[in-house]
Amino acid sequence: MNMNKLTIEQLKEKYPFVIDYFKGNKLNVEGHEDKTFQEYIDSFGREYLEDWAVDRKKLVEDLEEYIEQMKQFLGLNEDEGVSSLTILPGYDKDGNAEVFKEITIKTSEIISIVGPTGSGKSRLLADIEWTAQGDTPTGRKILINGELPDNKWRFSSNNRLVAQLSQNMNFVMDLTVAEFLELHAQSRLVEDIESIIDRIIHAANGLAGEEFNLNTPVTSLSGGQSRALMIVDTAILSSSPIVLIDEIENAGIDRKKALDLLVAEDKIVLMATHDPMLALIADRRIVIRNGGIVDIIETSEEEKEILIELEKMDGIVQRMRNDLRNGNTLEFNDIEGIMKIPINW
Amino acid sequence: MNLVIFSGPPSSGKTSVILKTIAALKERDIAVGVVKFDCLYTDDDLLYKRAGVPVQKGLSGSLCPDHFFASNIEEVVDWGNRMELDMLITESAGLCNRCSPYIKDIKGVCVIDNLSGINTPRKIGPMLKFADIVVITKGDIVSQAEREVFASRVHSVNPKAVTMHVNGLTGQGAYELSTLMLDKERQIDTVQGMELKFSMPAAMCSYCLGETRIGEVYQMGNVRKMELGDEHE
Repeated sequence: MNMNKLTIEQLKEKYPFVIDYFKGNKLNVEGHEDKTFQEYIDSFGREYLEDWAVDRKKLVEDLEEYIEQMKQFLGLNEDEGVSSLTILPGYDKDGNAEVFKEITIKTSEIISIVGPTGSGKSRLLADIEWTAQGDTPTGRKILINGELPDNKWRFSSNNRLVAQLSQNMNFVMDLTVAEFLELHAQSRLVEDIESIIDRIIHAANGLAGEEFNLNTPVTSLSGGQSRALMIVDTAILSSSPIVLIDEIENAGIDRKKALDLLVAEDKIVLMATHDPMLALIADRRIVIRNGGIVDIIETSEEEKEILIELEKMDGIVQRMRNDLRNGNTLEFNDIEGIMKIPINW
Repeated sequence: MNLVIFSGPPSSGKTSVILKTIAALKERDIAVGVVKFDCLYTDDDLLYKRAGVPVQKGLSGSLCPDHFFASNIEEVVDWGNRMELDMLITESAGLCNRCSPYIKDIKGVCVIDNLSGINTPRKIGPMLKFADIVVITKGDIVSQAEREVFASRVHSVNPKAVTMHVNGLTGQGAYELSTLMLDKERQIDTVQGMELKFSMPAAMCSYCLGETRIGEVYQMGNVRKMELGDEHE
């Protein structure tokens, strides 16, 4: 790289993201824009270097590395990206071979993962995240776009294959929704931050039962609002092509819409769940037992019909929740006739 | 024997990550031992013992734990060789953000957690910047966005490191970390004559030597004064 010949001013112009590198390393380049980075670093006194734990050689090398990696990361968006994920069989905890030939999941597809707690769901996720090549305890192999995956999925901190959404996740930053989204958009080097924030808040309010605005601190969002914001943010701002969901609690959020949104953003969605309503939304489900994938089941027509009934039941429960919340009383009439099955089953 | 130096701020999950990683190594019959460095107190050695891991602990007391580490690492490596370990892990306290416990050509792992705040990567010095592997923990309880922002901040201060997400509770990612730590080619018999990656935090003043009185007349040696301007900044 001809970085060594560029002045700091030229560097900033050519690679605007270097500002993050300067900030991260507490380098105040103001007033030194006409120097090259090396000249700037060389101007530090010995005492300064010691006091602030500065290693000149490393700073220069790291800046080169940083620019290379960020260039790659930015170029990635123009690539085709990830269009399919393939899992090739390995072994269960007792060393028995898994019986399936291969599982290929395409973008905009939802697949659910079912099985008892501790059956190996997180091992499967770890295999995917690490793009296993027979080098994990399960011996499984992961292909991306039908091919051996690029090493960047393992080692680069900016190109994560899997984004995760789980029940236990919280916002811990003390920021408003707007500040929060801005920070995330900056880290993704998004150009038109304002319009993307607009899009996210609009979509999130479409999912959450109760509206919130850009000035709401993220830590005071309700459970449903938080889930809505996390899902929309992951769908729109996360660079990871695969989203793994570990249950979505059924309160204050339209889960179906949420999944539709992920699908619309070309994500590959894997969803570990014990909830029949979520499991049946997927077109297929992977069954895990004793660390191994034992079956892959297509959701049948009958199950799709059952799902419709489940959604009705869920609608009733949601309505009752609202009625009780508003001080109303409940009557049998509220449920009679809505459900196919008799009430006294 | 492989030597791996772990460090990271207090409560970032070093011990949990090491325990999960050792479990993954043990399945492949790799003998691992740990030496835990801390300042005043630790009972992490009991956790290692319970897991059947040979362990020693060293408390630095009134000394800087980094300096204590550097003056003991040679003997610690001898111990590991006597125990016929395949891998020796040292876990250091990382009590101040200026800590710098790594040795050149020895794998250094920094454990840092998502809950510590997104400015933490900027606050930590050589302990993070000179790590070969950065392990980020507690990702299971913060949002995807915060994980991504945190990782990008780590990346901006140490772009060369391999950044990994490890769950210290479930062990997700620990197996993968263990494969990066093992290096059959890199057998360490002694660290004598090796060099630190970066100088340790320095101080040599009257308070280092036990002075307790406050006042300029009692201050000798390496003393620095804050610049307190009269204006509000």
